[in-house]
Amino acid sequence: MHQIIIIGSGPAGFTAAIYAARAGLEPLLFASSVAIGGELMNTTEVENFPGFPDGIQGPELMEKMQEQAEKFGTEVRYEDVAEVDFSGDAKRVTTSDGTVHEAQAVIYATGSAYRKLGLPDEDRLSGHGVSWCATCDGFFFREKTIAVVGGGDSAMEEATFLTRFADKVTVIHRREELKASRIMQQRAFDNPKIEFAWNSEVAAIHGETEVTGLTLRDTVDGSERELPIDGLFIAIGNDPRTHLVHDKLELTADGTIAVDGRSSKTSVSGVFAAGDVVDPTYRQAVTAAASGTVAALDAEHYLTMLGDQ
Amino acid sequence: MSDTITVTEQNFDELVLQSETPVLVDFWAAWCGPCRAVAPVLDQIGGEQDGKLVIAKLNVDENPNLAARYRITSIPAMKVFKGGEEVREIIGAMPKPMIEEHLSGII
Repeated sequence: MHQIIIIGSGPAGFTAAIYAARAGLEPLLFASSVAIGGELMNTTEVENFPGFPDGIQGPELMEKMQEQAEKFGTEVRYEDVAEVDFSGDAKRVTTSDGTVHEAQAVIYATGSAYRKLGLPDEDRLSGHGVSWCATCDGFFFREKTIAVVGGGDSAMEEATFLTRFADKVTVIHRREELKASRIMQQRAFDNPKIEFAWNSEVAAIHGETEVTGLTLRDTVDGSERELPIDGLFIAIGNDPRTHLVHDKLELTADGTIAVDGRSSKTSVSGVFAAGDVVDPTYRQAVTAAASGTVAALDAEHYLTMLGDQ
Repeated sequence: MSDTITVTEQNFDELVLQSETPVLVDFWAAWCGPCRAVAPVLDQIGGEQDGKLVIAKLNVDENPNLAARYRITSIPAMKVFKGGEEVREIIGAMPKPMIEEHLSGII
């Protein structure tokens, strides 16, 4: 049996691993087979992580975190967790090939997943003009016309990034002011290639084999209009990835995993949660990392108490 | 042994379209995080197929004409060619069992 299993490989998971490994707990970390590194793998320049005054690329930052975690003895497995069972003293984690791993404590740091618009043609045209990753797909929209849906920091970052390639980027936002931080808003406002469609939502996506346009609906008067575009980038937020623990851990009204006060303690003793999966508000690389630290220290304390019994 | 090969605009017709073995072409780029993540999964699938499926890496930065020809607008994009015809398309990084599901009937 392991002392500690960490599920998740974003800033929370790897920071928890660094702390747990330095404490000699020999953590086993499930990084998932394809989502290793978490959300930062889809970003470019990270300008607000302390210690990197010139910025650092998201994937590079994650590689460094992993390297640091492994340096102190974290075992990283590129496998997907299919099932968890927290009912006993030995917490059981089953990977997609059916192997069961046991640990005295688990840190759950699975982050969040992109939110979809929920339109019928969204999935069909995904990869044919509908995208959730500007850094992956912007390249294919040179001299094209693009729309970005969303009003937060990631929407502004994507819109600004996409102007490197596109002739025109229209930001579609359902309100008349943005949620994004002031610096990101200003950057978008100052960019001559970015236009805004205020009080608008996407009512339909058009295109047989590729996206050709959208129907926008005015959120105030309900009127509809057509917007011809070649690409649609969706940045309307994320939902905490809790599908494995819905009936096993208490959740909050926001859908995040409920934790006790400022700690990482979930409703099940020996199970700790960290990062975006517990955070409906801040969701930054550095807050996730800090949250991973809290979880590792809580888990370490729990293991010490177990040992004393 | 992995069967992963690298294809370019120069050898695409020969190595992919004229191949006797089905070929999965992985359209990728260095700046694409999910592409890096899915690469080892594809290597693994290729290795397990023992000659039944060739994995071919196609760098979209270096081969923009092929990316345009196959109307790639999102990567990672994986297209399977059999007898010169495109028979499957997989878009986005996904876990191995899901990729294998998309390849059912081929592998």
